[in-house]
Amino acid sequence: MSNPIKSAVRAGLFRFESGWDMLVGRESNPMYCLGAMSWFFFWVVGATGLYLFVPYDTSAVRAWSSIEHISREQWYWGGLIRSLHRYGSDAMVLTMMLHLLREWALDRYHGARWFAWFTGVPLIWMVFSSGITGYWLVWDELAQYLAIGTAEWMDFLGIFGQSIARNFLNPGALTDRFFTLLIFIHIAVPLFLLMAMWVHILRINRANTNPPRPLIIGTSIMLVALSLIHPAQSHPPADLGKAIGDLNPDWYFMALYPLYDAKGPLVTWAVSIGASMFLSLMPWMAFRRKRRAAAVVTSDICNGCGNCASDCPFGAVVLRPRTDGLHASAKLAVVQPDLCTSCGMCMASCNKTNPFLPHAGETRNTAIDIPDFTFDLMVKRVSARTHGLVGKNRVLVIGCEHGAVLDHLKGPSVGVLPLHCTGMMPPSLIDYVFNKDLADGVLVTACRPGECFYRLGPEWTELRMNGERVPKLRGAVPRDRVRLFWAASTETKALMSELAGFRVALEELPPIVRPESTRRRVAE
Amino acid sequence: MIKPRYIAGQAVAYAAFAVMIAYFASNPVYRHHNPDNALLKLSLTHAGQKVGECKERSAEELAKLPPNMRAKQSCGRERNAVTLEMDIDGVKVFSQVAKPAGLSGDGRSRFYDSREIKTGRHVITARMRDGNDPTVFDQVAEVTVELVPRQVFVVDFDEENGKFEFK
Repeated sequence: MSNPIKSAVRAGLFRFESGWDMLVGRESNPMYCLGAMSWFFFWVVGATGLYLFVPYDTSAVRAWSSIEHISREQWYWGGLIRSLHRYGSDAMVLTMMLHLLREWALDRYHGARWFAWFTGVPLIWMVFSSGITGYWLVWDELAQYLAIGTAEWMDFLGIFGQSIARNFLNPGALTDRFFTLLIFIHIAVPLFLLMAMWVHILRINRANTNPPRPLIIGTSIMLVALSLIHPAQSHPPADLGKAIGDLNPDWYFMALYPLYDAKGPLVTWAVSIGASMFLSLMPWMAFRRKRRAAAVVTSDICNGCGNCASDCPFGAVVLRPRTDGLHASAKLAVVQPDLCTSCGMCMASCNKTNPFLPHAGETRNTAIDIPDFTFDLMVKRVSARTHGLVGKNRVLVIGCEHGAVLDHLKGPSVGVLPLHCTGMMPPSLIDYVFNKDLADGVLVTACRPGECFYRLGPEWTELRMNGERVPKLRGAVPRDRVRLFWAASTETKALMSELAGFRVALEELPPIVRPESTRRRVAE
Repeated sequence: MIKPRYIAGQAVAYAAFAVMIAYFASNPVYRHHNPDNALLKLSLTHAGQKVGECKERSAEELAKLPPNMRAKQSCGRERNAVTLEMDIDGVKVFSQVAKPAGLSGDGRSRFYDSREIKTGRHVITARMRDGNDPTVFDQVAEVTVELVPRQVFVVDFDEENGKFEFK
């Protein structure tokens, strides 16, 4: 599996998230949409930045006073906007770093996901560059500290014709043109950042860039309240003739500067470049992880319905015009193996995935299948895992290999079937279980939405079982005998309790009355 | 719509989020320099003298050159490395040899140093060697200064007048 540190972080994370769920409700838990939260804060910072650009004076003498003016004289609006700009960017750094930590802890950075991880690393540099240049613009003592520190750090590279730090030797060395250049950089870098953010999510199907509305409303209220109660303040104006003493740095952006002060430019460059390279190469350091074989399309069965393309979380399945003439349909599903994570959601969504066909003895084929866990194998395992179950409340637990440990649930009346992802379970499989009298109840368990090792598995499962997304669970399936329960890998005990309660409930239900034809088939 | 049972929890969670953002946005305080001290900065870029002597071209040599390149003297591009030393109250605190920039070694040598210094009266001496004689310093200057807390005192080189500059 993974290393013990990561497992411990993941377990802690799951417990923290489930505790937060109980406190604020699932929809208002930002941990499930940290990337989307970063997008939201980007828009907050962008919109407030546009406003601040209007009153800002790009001159060495008046830069500080123009910011100070709107902060003090117009605290109720200009000051509010400035504070939103600052706190929004701080929150963006916070959610971005938590997003990085969470994706690592959930093992979502290698395999087909290398692209999102790899392209995420430059985003960190861009966010920090945007923030630091923004702090320069205020031209207070903090800006002076940052400007000199950054210039000395850059000068160490020796690639610039002139020393940048010499621009800050004395008050006369600084010109207004410097501030014009600075604001150009402060606008240009976020524009590049936006483009890079778009590239970052390019290979993710249905990427979530908008947090749930309750979270947007709550976070906006929080930011406004914070900005009014504790508005952003400037330090005294910069004076290049005076050394910098005590500062109140924004640690979200400036944590590296004390390292520079203490250890010098070589160590700081080594740490920053080394950390970036390490992060960039992490997807290829997961040596022990064997990639599963990608999904395979059987072209003479595929009718080009597009369900698989729509449900694939990584856009690995696309529809292309059919040229083989093997089917009357105009389009054919095509798998891009490099993008496929073998989660099996495509197989579950395929309208040719039918456990009732063909008749016994023949292999069940479907239009899109997972080579190391075919649909036929899944149906056979359902039969095997339910074979010999005894009692009036026999249950088949279908779940995910990344969620709660299903083996702990096995018993004389309980069979378990772990899948790559619960999203690979076609709803018709539940129908099949009841139709063949393989169990009296089916407990479907999945990781909580947002904690799926792949993506969207729990979401698709819930929608399909509720009949809100194709393929739907047939209306004739007795709903009181089917239960869906979210359980992360740390929640096996909670799942066991749920199973016990479900079995008690099943005992109290009247027996399923099957039509004569079905009874005959079961007997056969 | 927020469910009533979550209202208190959300208030707590958003307050915690706000406190976390606000606190680390300006705390804890960081001391860059001791405010009781002054800051001495040594910053200069200077091109050392050329390594080789210039040679007068003969009339024949000039005739062989294209008309736009007929300079009377032929000079090598490479410059000397520059040595810079600085003493504070007779104690050497800085000594560095900087190679000229550029692939042909014909650029400027660059020096940068920044250090805290106690306030009060100090004698600062700067020496620079940029010529071909390794035994002598081509530029030497000394200044006595009275430094006050947080003052930034800069040692530079005035290229126009060819001498050290203290400001």
